[in-house]
Amino acid sequence: MRPTFINVGERTNVTGSAKFRKLIVAGDYGAALEVARQQVEAGAAIIDINMDEGLLDGAVAMRTFLNLIAAEPDIARVPVMIDSSKWEVIEAGLKCVQGKPIVNSISLKAGEAEFREQAVKCLRYGAAVVVMAFDEEGQADTAARKIEICTRAYRILVDEVGFPPEDIIFDPNIFAVATGIEEHDNYAVDFIEATRVIKQTLPSARVSGGVSNVSFSFRGNEPVRRAIHSVFLYHAIQAGMDMGIVNAGDLPVYDDIDPTLREAVEDVILNRPQRTNVTNTERLVDLAPRYKGEKGAARVVDLKWREAPVGKRIEHALVHGITEFIEADTEEARQAAGRPLHVIEGPLMDGMNVVGDLFGSGKMFLPQVVKSARVMKQAVAWLEPFMEAQKAGKPREQAGRILMATVKGDVHDIGKNIVGVVLQCNNYEVIDLGVMVPADRILDAAVEHKVDIVGLSGLITPSLDEMVFVASEMERRGFDIPLLIGGATTSRTHTAVKIEPAYARGSTTYVVDASRAVSVVSGLLSKDDRARNEAVAREEYARIREQYARSQDTKARAPIGQARANRWRPEEAVSLPPAPSFIGTRTFDAWDLADLAEHVDWTPFFASWELIGRYPQILEDDIVGEAARDLFKDAQAMLKRIIDERWFTARGVVGFWPANARGDDIVVWTDAGRTTELARFHTLRQQIAKANGKPNLALSDFVAEDGADHIGAFAVTAGHGELEIARRFREAGDDYSAILATALADRLAEAFAERLHKQVRTELWGYAPDEATSVQDLIEEKYLGIRPAPGYPAQPDHTEKSTLFRILNAREAAGMDLTDSFAMTPPASVSGLYFGHPGSHYFGVGKIDRDQVEDYAARKGWDVATAERWLAPILNYTPGT
Amino acid sequence: MTRADRIEALHAAARERILVLDGAWGVMIQRGNLDEADFRGERFADHTGQLKGNNDILCLTRPDVIADLHDRYFGAGADISETNTFSATVIAQEDYALDATAVRDINLEGAKLARAAADRWTAKEPHKPRFAAGSIGPLNKMLSMSSDVNDPGARSVTFDQVYDAYRHQVQALNEGGVHLYLIETITDTLNCKAAIKAIKDLEDEGMEPLPIWISGTITDRSGRTLSGQTAEAFWNSVRHARPFAVGFNCALGADLMRPFIAELSRVADTLVAAYPNAGLPNAMGQYDEQPHETAHHLEEWARSGLVNIVGGCCGTTPDHIRHVAEEVAGVTPRAIPQRPVAMRLSGLEPFELVA
Repeated sequence: MRPTFINVGERTNVTGSAKFRKLIVAGDYGAALEVARQQVEAGAAIIDINMDEGLLDGAVAMRTFLNLIAAEPDIARVPVMIDSSKWEVIEAGLKCVQGKPIVNSISLKAGEAEFREQAVKCLRYGAAVVVMAFDEEGQADTAARKIEICTRAYRILVDEVGFPPEDIIFDPNIFAVATGIEEHDNYAVDFIEATRVIKQTLPSARVSGGVSNVSFSFRGNEPVRRAIHSVFLYHAIQAGMDMGIVNAGDLPVYDDIDPTLREAVEDVILNRPQRTNVTNTERLVDLAPRYKGEKGAARVVDLKWREAPVGKRIEHALVHGITEFIEADTEEARQAAGRPLHVIEGPLMDGMNVVGDLFGSGKMFLPQVVKSARVMKQAVAWLEPFMEAQKAGKPREQAGRILMATVKGDVHDIGKNIVGVVLQCNNYEVIDLGVMVPADRILDAAVEHKVDIVGLSGLITPSLDEMVFVASEMERRGFDIPLLIGGATTSRTHTAVKIEPAYARGSTTYVVDASRAVSVVSGLLSKDDRARNEAVAREEYARIREQYARSQDTKARAPIGQARANRWRPEEAVSLPPAPSFIGTRTFDAWDLADLAEHVDWTPFFASWELIGRYPQILEDDIVGEAARDLFKDAQAMLKRIIDERWFTARGVVGFWPANARGDDIVVWTDAGRTTELARFHTLRQQIAKANGKPNLALSDFVAEDGADHIGAFAVTAGHGELEIARRFREAGDDYSAILATALADRLAEAFAERLHKQVRTELWGYAPDEATSVQDLIEEKYLGIRPAPGYPAQPDHTEKSTLFRILNAREAAGMDLTDSFAMTPPASVSGLYFGHPGSHYFGVGKIDRDQVEDYAARKGWDVATAERWLAPILNYTPGT
Repeated sequence: MTRADRIEALHAAARERILVLDGAWGVMIQRGNLDEADFRGERFADHTGQLKGNNDILCLTRPDVIADLHDRYFGAGADISETNTFSATVIAQEDYALDATAVRDINLEGAKLARAAADRWTAKEPHKPRFAAGSIGPLNKMLSMSSDVNDPGARSVTFDQVYDAYRHQVQALNEGGVHLYLIETITDTLNCKAAIKAIKDLEDEGMEPLPIWISGTITDRSGRTLSGQTAEAFWNSVRHARPFAVGFNCALGADLMRPFIAELSRVADTLVAAYPNAGLPNAMGQYDEQPHETAHHLEEWARSGLVNIVGGCCGTTPDHIRHVAEEVAGVTPRAIPQRPVAMRLSGLEPFELVA
């Protein structure tokens, strides 16, 4: 194995780079930072910073530059090497870096006492050290002297100071060769030889050096200097040199150096006997001018992988998600194989197994896996006509058959589709019934297809009840196959407390995200481990139920009357927002998609692909960064097509009306006279006991009981066209693009809601006409007023959407509708109420008690059982007890 | 039992079981509904400016309240309770215009209160010795972050000032009798490195050495500290302290903190400690996570072998700690991993060169 060698960037060294020196002396730190940035981008693993220049106050320059670097994450991500011959400059640098740096350097030059003192300080600041082969007598030139000084320094550091040996780096001095002075001819050999001995005899210590010194006599001839560096490093690294100060990315590969030049350089470096009647140095000096003008070879797209055998090419295409050659490669494999099925079971499955392993070990991420699946599908689609023709006999072996569905009343399927693709990648057959699937259809299909597992998904809270219903139906109909539960609204606790007890015959398992799906499924289908896995889950859920039961009586509660008395009241000095610019509704038939694209909050987009991190930092993340960048590139390209080709239509409706609070309700009036009631919104109030003067909130608190107050409402969608586009991609075998399109529609709808809210604040309602907020401020919700949606924490009752849709006339105005469970269609939709009071803010209602549920039922005109059904997720008691 | 004996008992206890730290102080003090007069006491009756909110000063003006909180946490099953000195540095107390003498006294008395409570409980329950940890909080001024939006190189404080402030605090905590130091809620690793250097220098000068526990703060799901480091980079930056324990606290609830604790658990060849918040604050800034929920998370970490010390940060109460202590009782503590010898450096990200 080739030993690891670490490049230390040298361009931020005033003694090594004339350009950098000029910038620092001129005080142009901005340009100097760019030099550092380029170095890191070019692959420097560590950057050397040196400010030893007569015209400078080295300590000030070091401090200034390091403090500036600290503000540049793409530079500061790598460690620094604080390089100076003056200790006070080094110490100034040590006081500026939060990471663990390398000090370059300390030595025995001024004796043991100073050496020891500086070493202790390095230890206290937390730094590794470079120790120069330099002692009271001077700098070591021969191998023997280098070894002697380094050994002495090592013993002091390790035995007396307690310095960790792995943090010691020796610099045994690289001196120039080919100077014409005979005593210098062996310098490279001395360094290489000393390196070999140091690495053998001083455990864990490292060897480094300033490489450019060695070629000093060829200044002005960069190609030859680079060849010398390359040859020198080739041999020094073989001997154990670990790191060097060298211009990264600039060196020719040893094998690529012209053989004539390489031989001449090698003779000089290794101080071999001369071959001709001239010395090695003279021979190289004669040769050098011939190489001076040489230019580097042009870079080409790397298609080397195309030269591999067809199986390897298919694997490469699958791992990297490349569709360009897959049909040709599949055809080649088919002709070589006896039957088309053998291509699937052979090279394609082998490749997908590699993908599965990489994903399982965290080296690939969801978007990449979904792309792999696209390549796989394309290959299988190519083979299908041949399989038809051959009537290929028995179907291919699958690891298991999984049925998946989003339950009745719910329309969200991004997560479910991702899980489906991931399972398919792992050789499971997936039968996907789509969205809004009633229990009987799920279970009929499960029987018909003889599936091994049923998986349910859902996003909105009423789906939780529907899942409980499906589970109880499975029990009733005598199923015993495993049931999987997933989706944003589901939880381990809900699964344990509500779903699992309804299905005693089989097992129920909560799957937290797509990356767990495969291990859960394989665990449940394994002959050997199934029983054990089910028992473990069962035991865990029993424990969660016990804890949940114990928690039920721990919280102090407020009866609804008391909670109401403790309602939120606006500060008297704060006046009501002004009247909106119009009363009634206004529709938007096709909001500019390009405008929405600018307002997209990307962080949740990455989260929907299980790439966790804040945008834009996520693009530079060292683990998921590459996956995130590729995904972002694909998303940008598709977003452009969405806009240019008008895939989606963004429609919406907004309305304003006079309104007043009546208890916990909000009465919406048809007219400014406030005589005719248009509608009544019901709100729910927090019932946890509050202390320290904190109120028990309900949304109605943000509307005045008397006076000329108003309320707004909106419903927007970016989803017209979404389902057709997604279906078209899916039918073409491209799940990746289908999921991408759905995720982008969701983001555009959210951006639409954010964008419209801004217009409402500044213009349509106009209570904040001078508000100036950037897109980032919008994402961070730095503005006055709120836009809570029914079904979210401030009003968890989804049924309130029907009132909202009615007064907005959302069906005609925006082509939006509600399902039985009050999910909105198209799926990429957002709706809510607008509150303009400056004191209004988001909150969570939390759990509510029986007294409020009875009161709420009376206000809604429901019986208590109906109220308990719709409010099930937030009840603080078990109905019927 | 001398302090040295007690520290030996701390090491022994950490080998045998998972240790439990106490929970939040701020929320408990708020619940006491203390007013300005309580904070001032007699000593600061004529002090200029408001003192209410300066919780640390209660060590001097309402020691009964502080002693009671130590008792409640020890009573809930905590092995370790922290001194009420989170902000007791000359830099952080500039906001309240307290002088160096007052700051020193807060640390000294804070240490004595925690130590006395620990001694009381140890006498009462000799089978379960208790420990006082000297809380060394972050500063409101950071060494790695610019203090001026127009000048990324600007700093409102120097390394030497931070070093001096921590040195002053550490001396008083040690003198007051704490069993260990807890450098916590570290938002900027460079500030922490100044504290480490202050401790080590004092020890070189003859002060009795005590175990050091270093606890950083990962601010969000990006997995970085406020000053931008990843978990492993943070560990590489502070390992030279040879800490008794390293971990994370604050900012995140247990669910979101888990991956970063898991990462630290993989790389740190010392005890690993975690004391998350009680979930994320709700829209009202309050913490809703219930004691059993916090305990459920921490118990799972314990069973998965991720931690040696657990406890609670913002929003946790004696009840949370009681649940946590019950749940982790009897669970085998994490085994300290043997890592291959390597040169490990860091910028914002880790760097490793394996031998």
